[in-house]
Amino acid sequence: MTAAPGIRFSGRASVDGVAVFDRLELVLEPGGWTCLLGVSGVGKTTILRLIAGLPTGAAFEGAIAANDGAGLGARVAYMAQSDLLLPWATVEENVTLGARLRGEAPDHARARRLVADVGLDAHAAKKPNALSGGQRQRVALARTLMEDRPVILLDEPFSALDARTRAEMQELAFRLLDGRTVLLVTHDPGEAARLADKIVVMTETGAEEVATPPGSAPRAMSDPAFHAAQAALFARLGAA
Amino acid sequence: MRYLGGILATVIALGLWQAIVSLTGVRRFILPPPALVAETWFDNRALIFEHTLVTATEIGLGLLVGAVLGIATALTLAASDFARLTVRPILVFTQALPVFALAPILTLWLGFGMGSKIAMAVLIIYFPITSAFFDGLMRTPPGYLDLAQTMGASKWRTLWRIRVPAALPSLGSGLRLAAVYAPIGAVIGEWVGSSSGLGYLMLLANGRAKTDLMFAALLTLGVLSIVLYLTVNWLTLAYLKRHSPGV
Ligand SMILES: Nc1ncnc2c1ncn2[C@@H]1O[C@H](COP(=O)(O)OP(=O)(O)OP(=O)(O)O)[C@@H](O)[C@H]1O
Ligand SMILES: [Mg+2]
Repeated sequence: MTAAPGIRFSGRASVDGVAVFDRLELVLEPGGWTCLLGVSGVGKTTILRLIAGLPTGAAFEGAIAANDGAGLGARVAYMAQSDLLLPWATVEENVTLGARLRGEAPDHARARRLVADVGLDAHAAKKPNALSGGQRQRVALARTLMEDRPVILLDEPFSALDARTRAEMQELAFRLLDGRTVLLVTHDPGEAARLADKIVVMTETGAEEVATPPGSAPRAMSDPAFHAAQAALFARLGAA
Repeated sequence: MRYLGGILATVIALGLWQAIVSLTGVRRFILPPPALVAETWFDNRALIFEHTLVTATEIGLGLLVGAVLGIATALTLAASDFARLTVRPILVFTQALPVFALAPILTLWLGFGMGSKIAMAVLIIYFPITSAFFDGLMRTPPGYLDLAQTMGASKWRTLWRIRVPAALPSLGSGLRLAAVYAPIGAVIGEWVGSSSGLGYLMLLANGRAKTDLMFAALLTLGVLSIVLYLTVNWLTLAYLKRHSPGV
């Protein structure tokens, strides 16, 4: 992996001339976790897709740039809310999909290591329908890591999981994505309070940074400061 | 339970048939009783078998050629915007022509042999296979395409590794439909001009007022069609279940 760049996103997006967000400024620190919160429909997925270079339903005016001046296109991995596992491919084939789509020889040893890292070595030859929702999401995480991109965009990747699996996945992702520039969209103030180096709340009029709890992520859920931050963030979202 | 239903339906149909014959006293060259048809079928089994083989071959080859052409067309349409713009209107137009009307022309061009019947079957199944597979290729879940794009996939590898496998269930529906239509195509071809096949045998029997033989041939054709459909159905579903389980 090349060094993780910082990213500066600024601009406005509109659908049929109606602004989705306006004069939005979002700065992702290099190698840090930024959590993006905001009510439904405020444009969080749109931002992720714009950074990933994917088509959106909105017209965008503005700039998306890395602080090292190089392009972003081939440096971004995007993990959507649904796992998007191919039902006809085994766990390992899903993890090595990128290489096969580029016509490269997949690095099977590395794929197996990542499958083991997400705790699925016993399931490598299974097809996705034989896995639980949490296991599928872990395969998607392994596939994202396999791409070895310095910028990782995560769109509510853990929202469909039960509380316990979610906490496990958060820790796993945090550990395995160390050193990358991560933008995590979430609806869960607890998730943001736990993982973020930087928390940004988005409204129709712009984005506002909110203080993170003390201590470095991932923060222990038993910590009173974590609860206070979570509650404050929840109140902040209600007011937004 | 499924078999029980089928057996029950057969018994009821045979009972009704026999009841109509007994109650109306209709003459046997109009409607022969089931027992007579069974007897005729047995007495003529070698003849019927010979003609069944011809029709089955026509249907089988028609299915094969139609599937290959349909799959190739769908792939071309899905891969090329130019082909979509130019070929698709032609396809839709030809589909507006009643295929039956083409049977005499096919016989004129290809003769009385199997060729014209296979061509007829191909014509009748080509469009359902093409359109089913093409629809599937155009309806790839958008998330898969996003994934391919961020992974830096080429257009061809996206087609081959994502769009085609994702469209196989649609192709399966097309093939099942084709299995229903192909026998119709072959028999129409035989009616227009032939010297063998179950369609030919039916015409022959009809012309000689051998209604019992005609019914025997007709029922054989029905059984052949059902066996064909069940086989294709079973093969496609079994393959899909192994290929992409849980879809
Ligand atoms: N393909 C599209 N065509 C037209 N409008 C769209 C399209 N996709 C999104 N929008 C609009 O853009 C706005 C932002 O959508 P977006 O998906 O970015 O919201 P979001 O913040 O991710 O919401 P959620 O939290 O519900 O996922 C919404 O008002 C939506 O209606
Ligand atoms: Mg969204």
